[in-house]
Amino acid sequence: MKVYVPLDTAAVAVGADEVVEAIVAEAEARKVAVEIVRTGSRGMHWLEPLVEIERVGGARVAFGPVSVGDVKALFEADFASDHALAHGDPAEIPYLKGQDRQTFARCGIIDPLSFGAYCKSGGLAGLKRAASIGAVETIDEVMTSGLRGRGGAAFPSGIKWRTVAGAEAEQKYIVCNADEGDSGTFSDRMILEGDPFLLIEGMVIAGLAVGATKGFIYLRSEYPVAQRVLGQALEIAQREGLLGADAGGSGCAFDIELFMGAGAYICGEETSLLESLEGKRGQVRAKPPLPALEGLHGKPTLVHNVISLCAVPSVLANGGSWYHDFGVGRSTGTMPFQLAGNVKCGGLVEVAFGLSLHDLIYKFGGGTRSGKPVKAVQVGGPLGAYIPPSKFDMMMDYETFGKIGAGVGHGGIVVFDEDADLAQQAKYAFDFCAEESCGKCTPCRIGSVRGSEVMAKIISGSDVTENIELLTDLCEVMEDGSLCAMGGMTPVPVLSALKYFPEDFRAVKEGK
Amino acid sequence: MSSATEALITPFVGQTGGLLRALHALQAGVGYIDASAIPVIADVFNLTKAEVKGVVSFYSDFRRAPAGKHSIKICQAEACQAVGGRSLTDKALRALDLSFGETDSAGAVTIEPVYCLGLCASGPAAMVDGKLRGRLDPNLFADELVQLQKDGAK
Ligand SMILES: Cc1cc2nc3c(=O)[nH]c(=O)nc-3n(C[C@H](O)[C@H](O)[C@H](O)COP(=O)(O)O)c2cc1C
Ligand code: SF4
Ligand code: FES
Repeated sequence: MKVYVPLDTAAVAVGADEVVEAIVAEAEARKVAVEIVRTGSRGMHWLEPLVEIERVGGARVAFGPVSVGDVKALFEADFASDHALAHGDPAEIPYLKGQDRQTFARCGIIDPLSFGAYCKSGGLAGLKRAASIGAVETIDEVMTSGLRGRGGAAFPSGIKWRTVAGAEAEQKYIVCNADEGDSGTFSDRMILEGDPFLLIEGMVIAGLAVGATKGFIYLRSEYPVAQRVLGQALEIAQREGLLGADAGGSGCAFDIELFMGAGAYICGEETSLLESLEGKRGQVRAKPPLPALEGLHGKPTLVHNVISLCAVPSVLANGGSWYHDFGVGRSTGTMPFQLAGNVKCGGLVEVAFGLSLHDLIYKFGGGTRSGKPVKAVQVGGPLGAYIPPSKFDMMMDYETFGKIGAGVGHGGIVVFDEDADLAQQAKYAFDFCAEESCGKCTPCRIGSVRGSEVMAKIISGSDVTENIELLTDLCEVMEDGSLCAMGGMTPVPVLSALKYFPEDFRAVKEGK
Repeated sequence: MSSATEALITPFVGQTGGLLRALHALQAGVGYIDASAIPVIADVFNLTKAEVKGVVSFYSDFRRAPAGKHSIKICQAEACQAVGGRSLTDKALRALDLSFGETDSAGAVTIEPVYCLGLCASGPAAMVDGKLRGRLDPNLFADELVQLQKDGAK
């Protein structure tokens, strides 16, 4: 019997390892031979641990959420397809069937550390094509795809590639930003744990295109499972020749080192990340110079988010115009959105840009986990806007969000039910900024502390009108006087909370 | 101390980001970055003591005092707040009679905040001795931590 159980953090954190132990023990007691395959996660986190059984002929049946206590009964029922925990063929579950899985096509299906399985399921096709068309045409494909950075700033990737390619230097670098600090996001983590060779292939292609021979992956230390899987994947890639003097048969040399962060949110900002990667305090650098021209050790450096780099192999394999056909307007391709917080069906939803927020929250998410009405969602991490239900018909694309001064960011959507207090959330935005500020500019370092004090006064009901005025002024100072988006965009959650949920800021006065 | 410190950190000299790698290795080996290690590190990496101190203090991962036998980190970020992270935190701190950043007098547990563990659809979340935990029940978790504290004090 072949059994698939995720090794993904979202599965392990709710008992997947213990379920594996129970399956092995139960099978042993029954003298049934089992082969356990640890996969990534399908991204249906409310069903984790999701156990899949391979039937004769290769078809899979999914069961979840499986607890240790369920294992015996599942064996007794011979894993029948009508068991209460059964979901049938996982690929046919509406949550997955309704998606456009391109980047996450393999995630949750194959053994992430089987190089053979990676190659058999379409892996390396992008690198082969890149090697055959050469650097210039590879960059053209990325240009044509319209791919924009998935780390938050949504800058057109092709332009960045051209800049790094055009820079003259004896050494250039590819740096993968795997710092994924935004609350409500886990797509980087999932792909690192579920399909690490995809990232490695993406980085090799990028190296070949811009003329870099060395790559670094900057991984946050809060991701121990990703660290282990990625570390093993890099060793295998070395051994299999995907990395090395003739990386993946491309004719170009490329190597990757894994580097661990040390618990600082600001190190997700690319220049802070580069400082940190050089072993220093993660203080933000002034731009210019752009990292593309003077990045790591002062050398031209292509900094990309994990998901941006993971989109590259399919862009090359299928062509830039294929990728461009997904999405709307200047938001091309697919985006792995992440449904998080108080949501019934939380997890990863990779779809082409153009779906409404409503569809994501209700059609995929199924509303709140608590069953209470949705009060707000925060889109795009701690620097993202709080959005009320009256705006849920908004399309999830860069332009629509840009128009209301918000961002799609890294695609995280955090759902809050009616128990949420948006004044508390506004205060938290300042507290987080105060905690994580790199300290370089006063509006961010001091303003965030002031902002938290002002919010505390508002929450306690003292001089609310005056303090709201003070709050708005303070936000203006932070927006105008901050070097990076940490200080510059902390006002986004604060002011959106104030704009859409003013009653929460006056709760005490109104005697609620 | 100094020769043990040197042995742990010297392999990273000359590497990209060597100082951070060395600090990770030192903490993994010794449990924290002792004040007495600062001049040694400065010497080995050819930096000033102030520079080394500046790096150590910038990153929340690096401890400057020994931690308890068990390490508890509870997620404070938005997605966990939305599913009762604040109550999980309050109950845990009350049950242990500690504030964030503190270690109990018996040296059994250290409890700290953490900002997102990538378990945002499986919150509220925490990390206990490096192991990730999701969908935590505040009362059961508080009981578990009290037990951990008792065991750790033995
Ligand atoms: C405060 C702050 C935090 C950031 N955190 C991340 C992060 O965790 N991961 C990431 O990929 N980009 C993050 N970014 C964006 C990066 O600065 C940069 O734009 C990105 O890594 C570029 O890659 P991309 O073009 O593939 O998006 C952050 C930016 C700011 C201002
Ligand atoms: S805005 Fe804040 S985080 Fe950004 S550079 Fe200034 S002090 Fe540092
Ligand atoms: S917000 Fe708690 S795990 Fe992400």
